[in-house]
Amino acid sequence: MFHRESGYYKTTYKADMALFRLPIGKVAVGAIAVIFFIICPMIFDEYYLSIINIAAIAVIGALGLNILLGYTGQISIGHAAFMSVGAYTAANMAVSFGWPFWLTVPAGGCMAALIGTIVGMPSLRVKGLYLAIATLAAQFIIEWVLNHTPAISGGIQASIEMPRPVFFGRTLETQAELYFFILPVCVLAIVATLNLVRSRIGRAFIAIRDQDIAAEIIGINVYRYKLLAFAISSFYAGVCGVMYTYYFGIANYEAFQLPISIDYLAMCIIGGLGSVLGSIFGAVFVTLLPIAIRIFMENVGVFFVDGVYLAQVIAQMRLILFGGLIILFLVVEPDGLNKLWQNIRNYFRIWPFSY
Amino acid sequence: MSAQSEESARTKLKIDQVSKNFGGVKAVTQVSLDVPEGTIFSIIGPNGAGKTTLLNMVSGFYHPDEGSILLDSQDVTRRKPNERARLGIARTFQNIALFQGLSVLENLMLGRHVHMTSGVLASFLYWGPAQREEVVHRRRVEEIIDFLKLADLRQQPAGELAYGLRKRVELGRALAVDPTLLLLDEPMAGMNQEEKEEMVRYVLDVNEEFGTTIVLIEHDMGVVMDISDYVAVLDQGEKIAEGVPDAVRADPTVIEAYLGADHE
Repeated sequence: MFHRESGYYKTTYKADMALFRLPIGKVAVGAIAVIFFIICPMIFDEYYLSIINIAAIAVIGALGLNILLGYTGQISIGHAAFMSVGAYTAANMAVSFGWPFWLTVPAGGCMAALIGTIVGMPSLRVKGLYLAIATLAAQFIIEWVLNHTPAISGGIQASIEMPRPVFFGRTLETQAELYFFILPVCVLAIVATLNLVRSRIGRAFIAIRDQDIAAEIIGINVYRYKLLAFAISSFYAGVCGVMYTYYFGIANYEAFQLPISIDYLAMCIIGGLGSVLGSIFGAVFVTLLPIAIRIFMENVGVFFVDGVYLAQVIAQMRLILFGGLIILFLVVEPDGLNKLWQNIRNYFRIWPFSY
Repeated sequence: MSAQSEESARTKLKIDQVSKNFGGVKAVTQVSLDVPEGTIFSIIGPNGAGKTTLLNMVSGFYHPDEGSILLDSQDVTRRKPNERARLGIARTFQNIALFQGLSVLENLMLGRHVHMTSGVLASFLYWGPAQREEVVHRRRVEEIIDFLKLADLRQQPAGELAYGLRKRVELGRALAVDPTLLLLDEPMAGMNQEEKEEMVRYVLDVNEEFGTTIVLIEHDMGVVMDISDYVAVLDQGEKIAEGVPDAVRADPTVIEAYLGADHE
């Protein structure tokens, strides 16, 4: 059976440390790549592609937050603000200097990383709740600064219109075109994160999360690595913000307020802390949830709720279900969707001899 | 036990008139120790004698209020713990401090952290320099895994191991640093006789095979007297005796500290 370890002998350390330790991994990822890069754009219309686009952007942000929260054990409630930093940086660069996307995306990421590192400085002295409050303050400060500094935020309602990304002379307008812009960035983010967490830097992050004293004793500069985690995490957030801006065609701080920070925390918790796959699950789940609720209410809810109130009920239901789900996951499965997936996988790993 | 004859001239670790107070509590008062290179040096004493505090100052976790600590004649008193790891100091903890969420293998790989250089970009790319480095250091880690007989536990999460095994993994993680000075804080506490014997064997092997200088805190007198080259006795933060095991065992002040003055 090609999904089990038995019979596959690794004769080099390189093979033992590979991303896919079993052939099924390569096959599965190959299949997923075919589905997303070939089949999806062929069969889905603009609406469904737009959903995938949004989810893919969310995956980038969730990965970033998970590096900080799940791997390094440092909390940030200001991640939406880092996204806005990336968004405005990219928008300004694109509008003022006409920079193409392959410059604005890293520029937005780097600026967010810079701000994120500064915001992360309290983590050198405080942990847990106190750090949460410190980063929460950053969320509000950054929001306020953007809102009150026309030089950055463009003046009129603090929003900048973002030109569409241009790829080899072709302006990406439709969802299908944006799809091929967003998805590769998302894949890049996933692969980079997978690599990071299995190498020296990622291990050091986990060491700080599990035992910061022991981490320091074996030679990890805890202060430096905490700041590095903040920098990397907010780089992802910045890139995520830039992608949102390209997607919506506008940079506006209202798209990056506190509830968005909470959304991303929820993605990490629901998906699974300290797991790349969990970040993807969580981001997709949280993105799809409101859509699923809306479709459900439009089809089933009309029998219970008067059509006039439907929109309102949908909006409220999203919040109620959201809060409920976070509590449910924290109580029932603190390791999130990723753990459920692991359980399924482990079941089949020894199936049918599950004793 | 090891051959200290030709190396005994060199002092590996020099603790010079070190004191540490916590508020009004004098944890360590004016303690001086010379640990010769390549020896097993035990620090014993009743509970609260200041042994762990002293060890914490050597590993850099506390800074002494006065006095200085020299490693290979280099003053490290003000160095941070992570810098001292680079200089070759490694330690284990009294209450095991493994990285619970990581496998045994990854715990040991973390011990190689100071010897690895891959930065952020190399880590993101992985394929290339970072991977080559991983393989090189994996090789060294596998040697330690063989040495400590941990091969079948490689992929086990460290948090799920039995107590005695966790102690051994922690020793492995310290060894992965390739230390020249190894600090062991009660490596045999809470172990049964069999596990103790095993751990003693490893400690002696480390000392003999790698020539590592070992500073040991231990409560089991039998073990201490058997394996130590030198023993220092602390009581209420002060050093009351120092010397070869037999001399310390016969020292009346030591007997007094352990058994009380009126034992006759």
